[in-house]
Amino acid sequence: MSEQNLFKVTIDNITIDVPAGTTVLQAARLIGGQVAPPAMCFYSKLEGSGGKCRTCLVEVSKGSEKDPRPMPKLVASCRTTVMDGMEVKNITSEKVLDARAGVVEFLLLNHPLDCPICDQAGECHLQDLSFEHGKADTRYEFQRRTFKKHDLGKHIQLHMTRCILCYRCVYTADQLTNKRVHGILDRGDHAEIATHIEKSLDNEFIGNVIDVCPVGALTDKTFRFKNRVWFLKPMDAHRDCPTCSGRVTLWNRGDEVYRVTARKDQWGEIEDTPDGKPGWICNVCRFDKKETSDWIIEGPREISRQSVIAQGHYAGNIGTTKPNETFKAVNDGRTPHLLMDIHDESEVNQPTIHLGKIQGPSHGDTFNTNNTHKA
Amino acid sequence: MTYTFNDTQMAELNRLVARYPEGKQKSALLPALHLAQDSFDGWLPTELMDYIANLLKIEPIEVYEVASFYSMFNLKPVGKFIFEVCQTGPCMISGSDDIIAYIQEKLDIKPGETTKDGVFTLKLVECLGACGYAPMMQVGKIFREHLTKEKVDSIIAEYRATVTN
Amino acid sequence: MGVKLLLDKANVPGIRTYEVYRREGGYRSVEKALKEMNPESIVEEVKKSGLRGRGGAGFPTGMKWSFIAKPEGVPRHLVCNADESEPGTFKDRYLMEFIPHLLLEGLIVSSFALGSHDTYIYIRGEYAWITDILEEAINEAKANGWLGKNILGTGFECNIHVHRGAGAYICGEETALIESLEGKRGNPRIKPPFPAIQGLWQRPTVVNNVETLAAIVPIINMGGEEYAKIGVGRSTGTKLISACGNINKPGVYEIDMTISVEEFIYSDEYCGGIKGGKQLKACIPGGSSVPILPANLLLKTATGETRYMNYESLSDGGFATGSMLGSGGFIVLDEDQCIVKNTLTLARFYRHESCGQCSPCREGTGWMEKILHKIEHGHGTIADIDLLWDIQRKIEGNTICPLGDAAAWPVAAAIRHFRDEFEWHINNPVLSQTSNFGLQHYADPIHVPA
Repeated sequence: MSEQNLFKVTIDNITIDVPAGTTVLQAARLIGGQVAPPAMCFYSKLEGSGGKCRTCLVEVSKGSEKDPRPMPKLVASCRTTVMDGMEVKNITSEKVLDARAGVVEFLLLNHPLDCPICDQAGECHLQDLSFEHGKADTRYEFQRRTFKKHDLGKHIQLHMTRCILCYRCVYTADQLTNKRVHGILDRGDHAEIATHIEKSLDNEFIGNVIDVCPVGALTDKTFRFKNRVWFLKPMDAHRDCPTCSGRVTLWNRGDEVYRVTARKDQWGEIEDTPDGKPGWICNVCRFDKKETSDWIIEGPREISRQSVIAQGHYAGNIGTTKPNETFKAVNDGRTPHLLMDIHDESEVNQPTIHLGKIQGPSHGDTFNTNNTHKA
Repeated sequence: MTYTFNDTQMAELNRLVARYPEGKQKSALLPALHLAQDSFDGWLPTELMDYIANLLKIEPIEVYEVASFYSMFNLKPVGKFIFEVCQTGPCMISGSDDIIAYIQEKLDIKPGETTKDGVFTLKLVECLGACGYAPMMQVGKIFREHLTKEKVDSIIAEYRATVTN
Repeated sequence: MGVKLLLDKANVPGIRTYEVYRREGGYRSVEKALKEMNPESIVEEVKKSGLRGRGGAGFPTGMKWSFIAKPEGVPRHLVCNADESEPGTFKDRYLMEFIPHLLLEGLIVSSFALGSHDTYIYIRGEYAWITDILEEAINEAKANGWLGKNILGTGFECNIHVHRGAGAYICGEETALIESLEGKRGNPRIKPPFPAIQGLWQRPTVVNNVETLAAIVPIINMGGEEYAKIGVGRSTGTKLISACGNINKPGVYEIDMTISVEEFIYSDEYCGGIKGGKQLKACIPGGSSVPILPANLLLKTATGETRYMNYESLSDGGFATGSMLGSGGFIVLDEDQCIVKNTLTLARFYRHESCGQCSPCREGTGWMEKILHKIEHGHGTIADIDLLWDIQRKIEGNTICPLGDAAAWPVAAAIRHFRDEFEWHINNPVLSQTSNFGLQHYADPIHVPA
């Protein structure tokens, strides 16, 4: 890169030289830390993504050296390219923080907040965003939006109520597969991810929609309700895969592989393979190779994100030794006892009794099979 | 059910597609869906949308995405005549609420419903660009403007007559 | 009687047909433009005229035209925005319905200036019968050599195609319109790149409103400088105003932007006063998205000067005490109208029309509608007013396209000028269901929440 192609940009009073064509968000990520705006819809590996969620809005206080006028509105940093001499305010701008708090509130308005039963909990970007920019309370007092359920086949679970309409999964299907069968239907506050008529997503690369989903709207059915991500230990591994690079992260407990994902960087995006291509993985690697023997383990993977999955547990050398016993060994041949089978409609122990239909508080008697108490 | 355009309809589709450059036939999607909706039962069943996708050489999901976005495309069965009554600001201040209530009473249906005989559907819509001639509604291709209760009566009678004869 | 440039022949019997239109002097500007001028000199003339986009934003047309990129070998397109959907606006419909050839004439000249050989008219789907009128006019023009190959023997080729939308207000936004024209959902694009660089099918594209393109005809005929003499300041030429609501004579009027708002409402030449001899309560002067003004601020500015029907005067005082000329959709409300209910129907409109692409608009418009619904039906609290204010503030300016602003402004202005009425609604939950606040305090000092 020649000298002429470098642009000087100052973000939150930190100056950096970046190649022309770099976006403000990418420049901010190079600086790192708090200076990098949160991004819920932008995904650097997906062409055309970004601009929609409005969480990465920043204030451009100086347009460029040539035209120093500030930009009249906050701009989406993911879709704004830097100009030479540009000055940007992110966390140093009251306006930005105010707008961002507004966006977080909007995103959470209809979100079910069902983190306790959501597989994404612990690695959810919306959790991170709410933690950093949201308020503990909501001012929304109306019924939250719900959708009809759509089955996307045996591998992928769709929870539309959790979706923030980032469009990433649509771009993924467009750019990674030859035939897209899901899309955005309807418009406005009723827009939803769906296939219109029940169709399963079965392209061999479609599993990547799970990795790009910033929330728990698209989750891995083979991992559903199996474990919390923070109890698992991420290990880099690879296999000789005829379809994809075969470079993955295994999420293990002892020797048991609970789930397989692509390798993600600190921004939650798919890492590039050594040959510089995005390391998307195929469905076989993701859903079918669930034995340690399927893989060549490279070593523990450090997760450097703010989420709970990165909290101490996996950082540095802590926790890199395997637990002595696997779950199988602990259980000593017994099958695990199902304490609670959580469905979307709350059913506790007895599927015939719906908690929602019980008048007043429930107690032990409610679930006693021998009693005649009417629910 | 499968759908097929007849020769006239197919010629019209080809005329629509020819307006756009080579390879940009997807641009004809909106006009093509209008044609499809008007040619058959006034709404767009999945099979019909698939047929259009096939004709325009695009994926069915691209058609579903578009059809569900635009309010003029009906994705559920409708009556023979749809009363699309405007309820936005200028019509509201000119008394559209009364007109809507009156139509509901006359036809004994709620917004979004179709009469039992399948003749009329009542649909509440947002501004149709006839604010100076409010209150108004659209029936098929035309606008019925300056609505009064008497006018609604005669419009209903007018359309009913076309069915019974 | 003001100057008329667009509607001067509107009442000539049969003006819709080519024969009459031509006999009345139609298509002269095409002859002049193609034979005596070149694309650059046409753009220059439009710049001199001071013509500003008539769709609502008021951006100078000549400047917009000069931005169009001209890469070698890439076709360029002119697209006419006939997706007239802003509540209160029905002027383009009038033009197309009664004098379709005027639009075609403007389109041919503009296509020549921009180098567009395939020009599209994107018309809202509900104007189905106007589509037929336009197609008929195009056939007539083609049969008489004004369209097609080698127009007037100059070698210039131009075809005009009518593309029908299918019910989406958002497609009036130029990038959403382009997406829709490509057969996609009407999701506005993120700018840059601007359409002038990458528009329809990634080709350089100019999108102009119907009235703007029709105004090209008198500009070419009389010259830009002469055109600029009509009107006042940066509000040059004539403007079509579609007046509706509680007035005696709703309809489309051509004004020269020097008349006062008071004259426009009360003179017999225009609106003819308030219907039924009632009093004027408020007015939305430029289509539903511009701020509503109470009567006192409508007729006079905050500093007591007469308010005129032009871009500058209507926006005098900014949003604190002014509004906008916008698209020219002039909605008049009399003393019996309820501001809360009016705001609710507009909030519902914007919720219904939000494309759902970006979060503030998708979630915020529905939230505002629900709160307004609650207040309207007697269940509101005073805190709801402040909440509404905060929501609109967080939508405005934070969305991809101006629909967010358009949804926020009516709510903001209603609270700004009619907070008393909102409070009355909340404090009188039963009474407000059967009677209206009326005019009681509308002239009180203006509340401007921080």
